[in-house]
Amino acid sequence: MWIYEKKLQYPVRVDTTNPRLAAMIIEQFGGADGELSAGIRYLTQRWSMPNNRAIATLNDIGTEELAHWEIIGTLVYKLTKDATIDQVKGTPFEAHYVNHGKGLYTHDASGNPWIAAYYNVKGDPIADLHEDMAAEEKARATYEWLINISDDPGVTDTLRFLREREIVHFQRFGEALRIVQEQLETKKYY
Amino acid sequence: MTREIIVDREQMRMIKELMEVSFVLLETALYLNTHPNDERALRLHNNTSSQYAQLKEMYQARYGPLTNQGMSRYPWSYINDPWPWDMDFNNV
Ligand SMILES: [Fe+2]
Repeated sequence: MWIYEKKLQYPVRVDTTNPRLAAMIIEQFGGADGELSAGIRYLTQRWSMPNNRAIATLNDIGTEELAHWEIIGTLVYKLTKDATIDQVKGTPFEAHYVNHGKGLYTHDASGNPWIAAYYNVKGDPIADLHEDMAAEEKARATYEWLINISDDPGVTDTLRFLREREIVHFQRFGEALRIVQEQLETKKYY
Repeated sequence: MTREIIVDREQMRMIKELMEVSFVLLETALYLNTHPNDERALRLHNNTSSQYAQLKEMYQARYGPLTNQGMSRYPWSYINDPWPWDMDFNNV
């Protein structure tokens, strides 16, 4: 089960109201390679993992991704909460606003709603861990594109933190994959 | 409709410290999940875990429970501001 702790994983700072930037960052809230996809992917794949180290890795990284999803939501919230209608008009956030107001919703930067088809569970640990490693690299790349377009130093700082986390997760999934491969090899020869 | 949130500097300083220690714990845990026999990492994790427990207790005594499983003075203070997304870490 999960117990909520009333704190963020990282001290999110936003320097100025910026609905345009919020509309781009929402990519990681409800986009294909976003934090929601990551969290649901790892947590759902746990059941078919063949050893405790792989289960623990998916369990804890999946949980961390939900904390990242909360960080992204906080960025979007802080970037838009004080925006006037004039500041919203003419930005890409306007399309979000006419449907959701200043509420958050899981869609990507182009407005497509989050769908479960963004991830898969093959029930095969080798296939699933490869998907996970690719997902981390895709998330890292998305953070790089977001950093390139960010003009808010506070936001950039948080995006850099999240980018680093994808690199650590890639590393841990690589280790879990090696552990599973060794386990399968041992089974074959003994 | 927006809520007016008053943020206490000292509270932000304390929760930031808690967040930092909690992050170290997550890093050691993720590492230990794939390296359960690394004694040095385990020692670091255990020391950090006891440090975290102490900081959490201090924070909660002052600002109320961090989780809905914690104890609270009257009235129930778990619901009090600030929720994480309202915390202001500028100048902390
Ligand atoms: Fe990740």
